[in-house]
Amino acid sequence: MTVAIDQSMAIRHRRAWSSRVLAVSEPWLYASPAVILLSAILLVPLAIGISYAFRDIQLLDPMSGGYVGLSHFSEIWNDANFWNALRNTLQWTVVSVILQFVFGLILALMLNRPFPGRAVVQALVFLPWAVPAFLSGLNWAWLFNPVVGPIPHWMVALGLASTPENILSDPSHALWGPIIAIVWWGIPFFAITLLAALQSIPKDIYEAAEIDGAGPLQRFASITVPFLAPTIAITLLLRAVWISNSADLIVVMTKGGPADSTQIVASYIFTQAFQRLDFGYASAIAVVLLVILLVYSALLIFVRQKLIKAG
Amino acid sequence: MKGSPFRKTAFWVFHYTVIGLYVVVALFPLYWLLKVSVTPNNLLYSEGVRMWPSRMTFDHYLSVIHHTDFPLFFRNSVIVAAGTAVFTTLFAAGTGYAFSRFVFRGKFWLIGLMLVTQMFPLVMIIAPIFRMFAPLGLTNSLTGLIIIYTAFNVPFAAFLMQSFFDAVPRELEEAAMIDGATRFGALRQIVLPLTMPGIAATLGFIFTAAWSELLFALMLNSKQDTTTFPVGLLTFVSKFSVDFGQMMAAGVLALIPVCIFFFIIQRHLVQGLTAGAVKG
Repeated sequence: MTVAIDQSMAIRHRRAWSSRVLAVSEPWLYASPAVILLSAILLVPLAIGISYAFRDIQLLDPMSGGYVGLSHFSEIWNDANFWNALRNTLQWTVVSVILQFVFGLILALMLNRPFPGRAVVQALVFLPWAVPAFLSGLNWAWLFNPVVGPIPHWMVALGLASTPENILSDPSHALWGPIIAIVWWGIPFFAITLLAALQSIPKDIYEAAEIDGAGPLQRFASITVPFLAPTIAITLLLRAVWISNSADLIVVMTKGGPADSTQIVASYIFTQAFQRLDFGYASAIAVVLLVILLVYSALLIFVRQKLIKAG
Repeated sequence: MKGSPFRKTAFWVFHYTVIGLYVVVALFPLYWLLKVSVTPNNLLYSEGVRMWPSRMTFDHYLSVIHHTDFPLFFRNSVIVAAGTAVFTTLFAAGTGYAFSRFVFRGKFWLIGLMLVTQMFPLVMIIAPIFRMFAPLGLTNSLTGLIIIYTAFNVPFAAFLMQSFFDAVPRELEEAAMIDGATRFGALRQIVLPLTMPGIAATLGFIFTAAWSELLFALMLNSKQDTTTFPVGLLTFVSKFSVDFGQMMAAGVLALIPVCIFFFIIQRHLVQGLTAGAVKG
């Protein structure tokens, strides 16, 4: 009798223990494939990449691989091309993000109001985002090309240029080519995100404000903006990081030229790795870029926390 | 809306004008791509700025399909993009479900880890990935690309899937679990059917992303039989930089699958993000 009770208690105890283990590990069971993949394919290479920054890694030189300490970084410090690329990165990122944000916000506000044909319009204006970034780059490069593209001819017709010339081969304006391409391509992303945020604002708040006599501008400033602010902050953060990291449009449209006038840090890293096959130096530049982006993100999160506390 | 009829009309005229401008700016570059791709070579320069050529031809498409390797590149890209979409959505659904339904130790760090992977310059890991993949036979391989693209896309897809799961009321699966279903059974029979539109949106979104990737495909695969469409198009541009008609025909062909996908999924994408925004 007692033996039977003992046994059944032991079973119950074991079951409780195993169900506790299951309860703790169950979320990890669902998440583990992704965790393993991310660690193996992103984090391990990231660690290796950071170590490359301190080593001499030339793909075609089997004798390379020795540790060189900080010499890559002192080389970067004296590399005029790097500083030029950093300035271009700043201009490229700031201008692109601001333009994408402003045009995306206007579009989202327009689409937030029901009107006949909205579904079709929405599908059409979001279409650029489906265009592969490299193809958007090629497409704009063709539009800027006076041989097959209309834009140089329009510029002449508008009196902005005297002869139809390719903006991409003009060192003082070439960066505008990729900027226009990435803005065209990226507006839908901001519009989609902001539209989703707009649609999640409860409608009755607006109605209440209207009954209280608030005008459209007042409603926008005191309801829409505060509701959108968190989305805007996080979207701006992620997009700025993403844009400063994205090299493909530049690689496709100008390869950093003419005369390095469109070289950004990300495309410079790619050229160092791909053309010179100097993985050590490329990794060192990437580490510098990573540190800059981390500092920038930390600053933005810090400011956001301050604002939330103040508000 | 208050205000006189005149102001109302003026408002809608303004609204439709701005919307119209957006549509024109969004579509014009694509229209131009299409236009040049059907312009015969002898009219290309003489009718350079005309809105539509006086004579149309599909020769550029025929020669791209019959005389180049683009059908092969197209096939490679379909395999890579579809494989990436399936695996990413599968992995992201698991992670998104864990984020949505469990409070667990390490969740904060896991979310942090996912955010960090979105931060660093991906060009940074090109070299290590190359060194890691070469001995494993994953360079010059479509499998290698699927693995990398899946890793890139899982974090964003996981957050997207989480918001779709958040939109499904917990009570539904709790009821099923009281009736004796296991949690996994409830997930499979109740939650998954309800999140189907979200899963479709994620699949389509990841498909477009993988379809577009250029730099890793360029670095890791150098052989013709594993070249993807973006790389093929880029080498095409540098090799035959004079044949605009064929290039743009190839460009239009590259656009077709992603545009179809995106046209279908974009509404679900907005809905999905709205569902997530309500909660967070």
